[in-house]
Amino acid sequence: MSMELDVFVGNTTVLDQDVYQLWLDGHTVSDAVRIRMEAGALQECEANAEVLHSDTTDQFRTFQMCERLLQSPSKVANQLLFQIPPHRQTMLIERYYEFDSVFAREVLGKKLSKGTKKDLDDISSKTGIALKSCRRQFDNFKRVFKVVEELKGPLVENIQRHFLLSDVLARDYAAIVFFANSRFEAGKRKLQYLSFQDFAFCAGQLISYWTVGAVDNMMEDLDVDLEKDFLHDLKDLKVLVNDKDMLDQHKSLVCAQLRGKIKVFSEMEANFKNLSRALVNIASKLTHTKDFRDLFIDLVEKLIEPCRSDKWTIGDLRLFLKHYSSSVHMLEAFRHQVIWDRYMSVIKSCILKMYHD
Amino acid sequence: MPGKLKAKIVAGRHLPVMDRASDLTDAFVEVKFGNTTFKTDVYPKSLNPQWNSEWFKFEVDDEDLQDEPLQITVLDHDTYSANDAIGKVYIDIDPLLCSEAATVISGWLPIYDTIHGIRGEINVLVKVDLFNDLNRFRQSSCGVKFFCTTSIPRCYRAVMVHGFVEELVVNEDPEYQWIDRIRTPRASNEARQRLIFLMSGELQRKIGLKVLEMGGNAVVGYLQCFDLEGESGLVVRAIGTACTLEKISTFPATATHPNNSSPSKDMKDSPQAAPSTLGCRSTHSSPVHSASSRLSQGFSVSVPTLLFAGMKPRHRSSEVPRARQCRPGFGEEAPGVPLSSGPPTPLRAQTFSSFSPSKSYSRQSSSSDTELSLTPKTVGIFLCPSTPALESESSPLPSAHLPCHLRPGMASRSTTPPPLHISQSDTAMLRKSVSFSEELLLAVSGMGSGGSAGKEAGPLKALLRQQTQSALEQREYPFFTLTAFPPGFLLHVGGVVSARSVKLLDRIHNPALGNTRSYKLLDWNSFTADEPETRDAWWEEIRQEIKSHAKALGCHAVVGYSESTSICEEVCILSASGTAAVLSSRFMQDGPLDTEHRLSRQPLCVFSTGSERVEGDMGSSASLGFEEVVSPGCGFCHIPYDELNIPFPAQLTYCYCCRRYKVPDVLFTTIDLPTEANVTGKGCLIQARLCRTKKKAQGEGNATAISSLLPFLEYELHTQLMNKLKLRGMNALFGLRIQISVGETMLLGLASATGVYLTALPSPGGIQIAGKTPSDITYEQHISTMQKKINDTIDKNKELYEINPPEVVEEIIGSPIPEPRQRSRLFRSHSESSDEVSELDLSHGKKDAFVLEIDDTDAVEDIHALLTDSPTPAGFYSCNTEIMPGIQNWTSAIQMFTSVRVFRLNANLTNQGLNKIFSDLCENLLKSLYFKLRSMVPCCLCHLNFTVAIPEDELIQVAVTAVAMSFDKEQPLENGKQSGEKTLIKAITENDEQLQFNLELNAETSSHNPLSSPKGLSEVGSHLSARDRCSSWIEQLKLKAHTIRRGSVKTTSSLEKASPLPEGRSRSLRSNRSYSGSSVAVVKMTPLSFIPGAKIIKYLGIINMFFIRETSSLREEGGVSGFLHTFIAEVFAMVRAHVAALGGNAVVSYSMKECVFMENPNKNQAQCLINVSGDAVIFVRESELESTSVQTQSATTHTSNGGEGT
Repeated sequence: MSMELDVFVGNTTVLDQDVYQLWLDGHTVSDAVRIRMEAGALQECEANAEVLHSDTTDQFRTFQMCERLLQSPSKVANQLLFQIPPHRQTMLIERYYEFDSVFAREVLGKKLSKGTKKDLDDISSKTGIALKSCRRQFDNFKRVFKVVEELKGPLVENIQRHFLLSDVLARDYAAIVFFANSRFEAGKRKLQYLSFQDFAFCAGQLISYWTVGAVDNMMEDLDVDLEKDFLHDLKDLKVLVNDKDMLDQHKSLVCAQLRGKIKVFSEMEANFKNLSRALVNIASKLTHTKDFRDLFIDLVEKLIEPCRSDKWTIGDLRLFLKHYSSSVHMLEAFRHQVIWDRYMSVIKSCILKMYHD
Repeated sequence: MPGKLKAKIVAGRHLPVMDRASDLTDAFVEVKFGNTTFKTDVYPKSLNPQWNSEWFKFEVDDEDLQDEPLQITVLDHDTYSANDAIGKVYIDIDPLLCSEAATVISGWLPIYDTIHGIRGEINVLVKVDLFNDLNRFRQSSCGVKFFCTTSIPRCYRAVMVHGFVEELVVNEDPEYQWIDRIRTPRASNEARQRLIFLMSGELQRKIGLKVLEMGGNAVVGYLQCFDLEGESGLVVRAIGTACTLEKISTFPATATHPNNSSPSKDMKDSPQAAPSTLGCRSTHSSPVHSASSRLSQGFSVSVPTLLFAGMKPRHRSSEVPRARQCRPGFGEEAPGVPLSSGPPTPLRAQTFSSFSPSKSYSRQSSSSDTELSLTPKTVGIFLCPSTPALESESSPLPSAHLPCHLRPGMASRSTTPPPLHISQSDTAMLRKSVSFSEELLLAVSGMGSGGSAGKEAGPLKALLRQQTQSALEQREYPFFTLTAFPPGFLLHVGGVVSARSVKLLDRIHNPALGNTRSYKLLDWNSFTADEPETRDAWWEEIRQEIKSHAKALGCHAVVGYSESTSICEEVCILSASGTAAVLSSRFMQDGPLDTEHRLSRQPLCVFSTGSERVEGDMGSSASLGFEEVVSPGCGFCHIPYDELNIPFPAQLTYCYCCRRYKVPDVLFTTIDLPTEANVTGKGCLIQARLCRTKKKAQGEGNATAISSLLPFLEYELHTQLMNKLKLRGMNALFGLRIQISVGETMLLGLASATGVYLTALPSPGGIQIAGKTPSDITYEQHISTMQKKINDTIDKNKELYEINPPEVVEEIIGSPIPEPRQRSRLFRSHSESSDEVSELDLSHGKKDAFVLEIDDTDAVEDIHALLTDSPTPAGFYSCNTEIMPGIQNWTSAIQMFTSVRVFRLNANLTNQGLNKIFSDLCENLLKSLYFKLRSMVPCCLCHLNFTVAIPEDELIQVAVTAVAMSFDKEQPLENGKQSGEKTLIKAITENDEQLQFNLELNAETSSHNPLSSPKGLSEVGSHLSARDRCSSWIEQLKLKAHTIRRGSVKTTSSLEKASPLPEGRSRSLRSNRSYSGSSVAVVKMTPLSFIPGAKIIKYLGIINMFFIRETSSLREEGGVSGFLHTFIAEVFAMVRAHVAALGGNAVVSYSMKECVFMENPNKNQAQCLINVSGDAVIFVRESELESTSVQTQSATTHTSNGGEGT
């Protein structure tokens, strides 16, 4: 004796958000039933296990049927198969594209290819996220990447338009696309302490100020490639450390500003030249793909770690960077103010974001 | 010939990839109607082709327009091989043929393939230019409106209800043709789909013709069914109720329903006259005047003619048809209009009496018309004062007159006899009437009372029945598929009548079957003459039986009538059921009956001296006058049958409302609860379920076995219903539907109904258990515990359903007119009854208990089964009727759904085991529904329609279609007009209870919160919490997402959790709609005839769709459940799309007629057939009457824009 067939179809598609989440998280039906039972679903409506199982199976099937649509969200609104009120459509899509930042952190900077897909097993066991959910998230990344890759115009807007995502989520996807496109090194052990959000913030900064799209909206192709001219111009900043006079002048200006204002003044004073050299060197080497990919590891090794070992507080660092970048304006011999500002504003906010334990 | 169909193919979208190499499709479209085909250009390499074709024009007969669908095929162009079909769209253009329905079909329609399901959408435009066919012999019936709704559609009023129409069309099933062996499943399915489309079109056209013949302009309660008989063919049959409907114009319709079905209006709307209307109307106006001038002259002769009326139908029935001649005259009835619309003063009766001569004659004439019409089933004739004259002339020479008067109908109009003539004829009648026998006298008096009906005086029952016979005698089947009626139409309800018959399919043979033409339609009726064993004959047999049952109940009509079949191999069970009733004639063809009975008071006075019995009648009828005015809430409960000669055992008591008429102790009906009915408390769904094993057998033996099982099955179902009804403390069933399904090794019986407590009926006694062996102490204890349990359940149920009937007080407050009451007492006293007696009766009824005898284990099981029905969870109500008594304040939140379950049984189960399984299956299904829809609480599942089938040995299939409707608890129930009057106090206490309950619920949810933070989810939550950063954009969404991530599922209130349908629930939703820019218009669906909180402003036509879906990759499509789930969703989608294309935003009276599911898991195959129907409508929210129309408009523009955008 068994239930051969059991379906429930509503004119308005019946969607249970909790069950949707369980489905997205990659649970099996029996897992989901267990979790729902533990969550007290049986108290509702005098349900029994059988009812719950039937409901869960049915919901899972519904989601599975919707999945095809969710993969091209623009179809959700004008498909005829499921009558779903608009706000529910939004919810479905948003949830489907939401991802675990732990997972995203693992994938960050990796090529979104089949090879990586094979690593999902490892990521799954490492993060405790169900493999099924990993696959969905990875496929989402890949899908968004593929679609956006060939589109003109601003990245975030493109993602938003094609996937009907919220602004926040679209920005996260932009970061993922940006990382996947630029192949930044993010997997090194020294970078492990950084969260996805840290990287996403940095990516946002880079996208906003350093990319092709940042200066010209009408550029063809993916606008997340960094502006070549800008990177090339960054080489001119070398003068700041190569010209001894300028370096000294810069140092004295910064010291004058910071004296008494930061606790680590002496350490700063002693380290100024190293720090400045590190910052300028990073800038000048960005044209090389290898060095470019190492941007974050460089920032950590050359700047963050030394500061941390000298026990700078984040406030100290903020003041230092502020004055370090602004005092350059007072160097009369320095003629690359615009480039400098463009570089420093991004680097400053990235460092500050990354400066934590 | 007159019709030009125009179609334009605009664009396609979401097409499937047909060319693997390019991942694109080179699509073009074939548009086919009849034998003409047009093609669009190929739109290369696109999944969203823009054809923007020219207008394809088809010049066709309107007959074809009605029968044929427009067939649109989307194909992929292939240079080297044959073009691949992507899918098809069938468009029923019937809605375009009626001027009042849709004018254009325009929108995105799903492209459907029977193997792959929906494959993209196509945007089309379809229009029809129709030239009116005035030919009387035409075969088309364009313009007749069809409604699935089983009540008078909301924006119409019934001018006249003509009666039963039926038709049946047979063909061989393409699935069983020899050619099927060599063609693909797709070709077979498509042949079948197309054939059924054609057959339903033809069926509808033929029914339309019958309606026109009867003088109607619409079919209400249209019920079309398919019988897939396998080898022996395919039957499409339909029944309905022919009506003359009139659109309610913008100014408020006459508040009191039209007593005065104004003849002039009838005229206008009656399509029978319509072909000639233009010419006819003008001729009309003059007779009206002449008639009114004649008015005064009519008075004197009224009495004798009445006499004649009683007798006439009997021996004149076979006389010359005079209908056509008469018709022209009916305009003369017009003077009745102003008179009857006046206040119902005694004066009025007199006025009416002036018309009596004409009325009575016209009835004859209508009966004679029966012979004239091609389909003698029903009568469709108006009455006219002119008849008498002709009558007297023609009576000596019967059939000779026929030819000359038949055709020149128009001409005869001018010969309408002058007033003078009438009085002459009347006097002639008078002379005749003198010779009438006493028997006839009685008949007459019966007739007089019959109209007002509801006589409690016993002896009159006989008369009543006689009257009954004559009233609808002309109709072959006085059946009505309606389940709800205009106020005052339904006078009395006798009870459920049903008939079943077991037939062997292999005994029918169709001489025309066996040829290879796949879509040659055969009209089975044409063979009836020489083929006695046809479907038509079968149904005729059953209908006759139903009719005689109704007669036995003293009723002249059957309402809520429906027919069904169950087929297993070569055995077929035909079933018909309905509710025997006495109807007011006011909406019927022989409407004058109505007036006749009123004026009958006068003649009765004349004759009363002759007969004591008549006197009794006169008393009541006089006191009653307009009965519906006196006791609207209980009138229909009063027994129509003879008290001394009750056709079945029943205990009669005096009505608890009016205390004047007898009522039965329980009442079973197949109709909806009349809106005016007095009900105590709320109702609930009551189901009796039964499984009986049967030996496998073949042919005749099998049929015999089934027939011998049937009565037992029905008896047990009935007993179960009765027990369950009593267990819930209720006394009446509405919407009763007994379904019996036959399988190879078992019979399934499922009876569903809505139980209510009718205030007019006595309170049901409890259930008492009696054991056979009282000596045994343990046994006695066992019985007493069981008894206690039952009593507790009854008490609990009474509380649950708020059944607290007012204590019977000696002097009834509600008795509206004291005088007539006294009078009636006076009359009653000389028969057996007096008020004291009735008092006694009441108390007796109360004490009386229903005794269940436990004589064997079976009975014990039965009682257990009785108690295992779990009550509906808090906040839920359920019924299978349209509305739930006691709930008025519906919100606009509705969710229609279909649920299907198939259960596999083990072999070798006993009856008991089977019963339990079947019962559990239904119970669990209900429980699942409640759980699914829990977010809509408080809500009521309405129109719960269960369908059971035995698709295979050891399989039970249960399909449910229903609608869940939320209602507002907070508002008091007083806005309902009748409930407000009913019991104010009750409403208040009710509210209190509800409040209490609400608090309880809240407390419950909140108390769970801390406890229920689930382990599993919190694990999940730990790594999810990082996502919290991704704050969502929509405030509401964010909130919910948040709770989820935190892992505390319970904190979201259960209301928000699952949302089967918040459509229209919150205001915010509506604002969201514009925000998201959805391009698909929302189409609501409901099995009910209305949409809560909204007004239906237009009916766009009937939706009647048939789909087949097949797969040979069942596993890949998610198994049987996945397959069927997709299919049902696709069917919904197609219904919605077609409704939207007609310009509608809802489907009412939706039903899934057929869901035949077959699987072969071993071959990885499955096939399913679904037939759905409903009425496409445009509704407007009551709250936003103006704004919505704008919204719908914008929605449609959205739709078209959407296509271009992608």
